[in-house]
Amino acid sequence: METIYQSNHRKIAAVLSVIPGFGQLYNRQYVKGILFFILAASFFVIFGDLLDIGLWGIVTLGTQVPRDHSIFLLVQGILSLIVIVFGLGFFAFNLYDAYKNGQKRDLGLRLNTLREQYRTLVDSGFPYLMISPGFILLVFVVIFPIIFVVLLAFTNYDLYHSPPAKLVDWVGFQNFVELVNLDLWRKTFINVLAWTIVWTFGATTLQIALGIFLAILVNQKDLKGKAIIRTIFILPWAVPAFVSILIFSGMFNESFGVINKTILAAFGIDSIPWMTDPFWTKVALILIQSWIGFPFIFTMTTGVLQAIPDELYEAATVDGATAWQKFTKITLPLVLYAVAPILITQYTFNFNNFNIIYLFNSGGPAVSGQNAGATDILISWIYRLTMTSAQYSKAAAITLLLSLFVMTVALWQFRKTKSFKEEDMM
Amino acid sequence: MNMKKQKLIRLTLSYLVIFAMSVIIIYPLLWVVGASFNPGQSLSSSTIIPKNATLAHYKEIFDPEQSDYLKWYWNSLKISTLTMIFSVILISLTAYSFSRYRFLGRKSGLMTFLILQMVPNFAALIAIYVLATLTKLIDTHLGLILVYVGGQIPMNTWLMKGYLDTIPKELDESAKIDGAGHLRIFFQIIMPLAKPIIAVVALFTFIAPFGDFILASVLLRSKEKYTLAVGLYDMVAKQFGSEFTTFAAGSVLIAVPIAILFLSFQKYFVSGLTAGGTKG
Repeated sequence: METIYQSNHRKIAAVLSVIPGFGQLYNRQYVKGILFFILAASFFVIFGDLLDIGLWGIVTLGTQVPRDHSIFLLVQGILSLIVIVFGLGFFAFNLYDAYKNGQKRDLGLRLNTLREQYRTLVDSGFPYLMISPGFILLVFVVIFPIIFVVLLAFTNYDLYHSPPAKLVDWVGFQNFVELVNLDLWRKTFINVLAWTIVWTFGATTLQIALGIFLAILVNQKDLKGKAIIRTIFILPWAVPAFVSILIFSGMFNESFGVINKTILAAFGIDSIPWMTDPFWTKVALILIQSWIGFPFIFTMTTGVLQAIPDELYEAATVDGATAWQKFTKITLPLVLYAVAPILITQYTFNFNNFNIIYLFNSGGPAVSGQNAGATDILISWIYRLTMTSAQYSKAAAITLLLSLFVMTVALWQFRKTKSFKEEDMM
Repeated sequence: MNMKKQKLIRLTLSYLVIFAMSVIIIYPLLWVVGASFNPGQSLSSSTIIPKNATLAHYKEIFDPEQSDYLKWYWNSLKISTLTMIFSVILISLTAYSFSRYRFLGRKSGLMTFLILQMVPNFAALIAIYVLATLTKLIDTHLGLILVYVGGQIPMNTWLMKGYLDTIPKELDESAKIDGAGHLRIFFQIIMPLAKPIIAVVALFTFIAPFGDFILASVLLRSKEKYTLAVGLYDMVAKQFGSEFTTFAAGSVLIAVPIAILFLSFQKYFVSGLTAGGTKG
């Protein structure tokens, strides 16, 4: 049944609220109305200049050198957009508030007194108050940079278009087109992407397999000295990764490294060019990541194994199952099921594992005909483009592609997990 | 008899594999300890047990005139500690609101956090670099800490919210009936019950800046402001090999205390990770 209103206060109040505060005044909430109007007016007074310059700047990116600094203008433009979003939010709330109170009057209900208004403000405002410090920081150091990168990907900001001497311009999809069309970029992009994928799957799978294998090995019932073995196996995790990587880069060094000089020599094997040959650098990286990464999987798997009840195995023995059958039918499925969610984060972690690539050999060795090193993954290539060759817009375009890729994979993964479907998650 | 033989073979093989793995794990660690006692700057004559062991490299890194190592150590501790404190405060407030209040924008806020936690914030390093330059926050620890804290919020908020959701709501509802205000419920009822997850979040937010290289190397320009990760890399990369023994001493002094801490807290750490669920 539709509610029958005796009057039309709600619509009038909402329409009047196009000028913030007027709808509230119409509803005879004078203090609130005046407050809203002052807020709205001061919004334009305070941010007027910023909005003016910012919106002009983000459209044109400046017209005159040296008066206009394109990057400053871009930053001001993004700031204006953020301010506008907040302003619109306030405006929408103002409309909503006028409409709601008008509706109350239409239904003949009493409006909140000033004191009650204050109380509800404190009560319903409390969560916002608590969130705002974290949220504001997040806006400036996370969301702001993301918007900036997205926009930068559509400009020509690089060494040759660098303020204050030169202006930056919008170029549409040119960066993306060049990544595909220009030989140098296409070749580099394909090589880096291919190695990123090989690296992610190779290194992660190896560390997972090693971790699970060793955990099952150590968990054998009749094996002695479990405690000490587990402590040793956890050591690589206990040492900070950046320290281990730097130590390994010394060990693999071709001129003084212990691997070539002592270990391989002891077996009568010739020196291997660990740092100068792309293939061997890749092998070394995957080996090192397995060394660093397996203890985590090892620990998790050990936890799962200890939780499997003995009765399962006993029942299997009674039924005449062989050791291999027990392993493939009981142990492995249970372990994989329990550690699966962790495994996926391991893959995404290695996908962005900048530290090992850069600290081991700076993404090198260099390769002729491309502007990334032979072991550069996407994230370290972005770093190289930003820090050494000032190819900001290209780096931004690649960042955008990388983020879209990671987000697609992660969302696909999250949609499959149970917690995402639960009602009260949100 | 056959069974016994099989068991013997299986155990022998197992011990062999374990022994080999142990050697692979321990050898690099012993090697760097040996290198740190090795006389001279180069490693060409280095052996695991040096012939003329010396403490010279340790003396060198403890001498402020010869090395910035102590400054880096201090910087790293300072940055990690401050990041931890600010993160824990902001994350507790945010997670509590998301867990206990139903307000306009809550759902989209949670969704934003979920998406943001998937992309590491250093992916936007060009933006962070340019923005830090514009705001003059480049080469300051403040800028670095702000970026770290901001980057920690999304993932850890989800982690903590998940834990707070398991604390029964009846507790704060009955407190509310007894007349406790918002802040009182938060500080005196929820926070004491949330100690385990606060410890986990504190640990995460301390470790992340400590091991970070990419953001610190983008933002920090002058040598005396470096963190340990950047400083040690600088030491090794500059003239590779010529300072390696000093670097070895430096890394021993980082690895030993952290490893001891890690091993003694290992149990809690692991249980926190499994409880928190997803993040590796």
